[in-house]
Amino acid sequence: MKHGQVKIVPSGDRDLVMTRAFDAPRTLVYDAHTKPELVRQWLLGPPGWSMPVCDMDVRVGGTYRWVWRHDTNKTEMGMGGVYREVKAPERLVSTEKFDEAWYPGESLNTLVLVEQGGRTMLTQTMRYESRAAREAVIKSGMEKGVSASYDRLDEVLATTATTTPR
Amino acid sequence: MQATRRLDVIFAALADPTRRAIIARLASGEASVNELAEPFAMSQPAISKHLKVLERAGLISRGREAQRRPRRLEAKRLEEADKWLERYRELWEGNYRRLDALLDTLKNQEKERKPR
Repeated sequence: MKHGQVKIVPSGDRDLVMTRAFDAPRTLVYDAHTKPELVRQWLLGPPGWSMPVCDMDVRVGGTYRWVWRHDTNKTEMGMGGVYREVKAPERLVSTEKFDEAWYPGESLNTLVLVEQGGRTMLTQTMRYESRAAREAVIKSGMEKGVSASYDRLDEVLATTATTTPR
Repeated sequence: MQATRRLDVIFAALADPTRRAIIARLASGEASVNELAEPFAMSQPAISKHLKVLERAGLISRGREAQRRPRRLEAKRLEEADKWLERYRELWEGNYRRLDALLDTLKNQEKERKPR
């Protein structure tokens, strides 16, 4: 198997912990999370959204600003935060707050990358301000996930297949 | 609102590793409090406390058998919680499949840059 599946489990009172394996060294996975020209290629959420704004000043105290726009109805969704810890290529801690809050307060996101035999295990811990905030996030995932149709998934799989001749 | 509240209680119940282990044990069949306490280095009252949390969340129930009062899993309630997380997972899986493709491209670029 080339890559793993995303696992998400609630942890403690306020955390969601997400894990996923990638068939690539962690320097590349880290780059894909810290270089704007790479981030905007994959961090798009549900189908139909692009990322016109992707500004990132990756250093402790530096800020980032991301805006997504829906291709047809032009709805925009923006968020941003501050980098708290920057330790290439293994650890990145940042705050996250949406312009139009769909969960209370902000979250503290910790990305940890561990490489083993050329593969990288990604662990993303999202710590919310309260149990209710975590609940709101999980509920929202429900609504958005519905639009992630299988058509789109097939499309993405086809793209993956053509870019990786083996 | 009621459904939301219930879900919150379920996730709080599932967020503890001991309680997740109890759920895993009950997935293979009902068990008494003593049987459940056995694999854990915990007193029976401590286990009972965890069981109460799981019961309140509707994740387990008690059998009628008078002395043993075996606990059993309420699978339907567990599925309900799984469904919510599943949707959230799908959203990220979409992102990460795009990232897989991007990483493959980056790997190939690196290979081309290196002299043979």
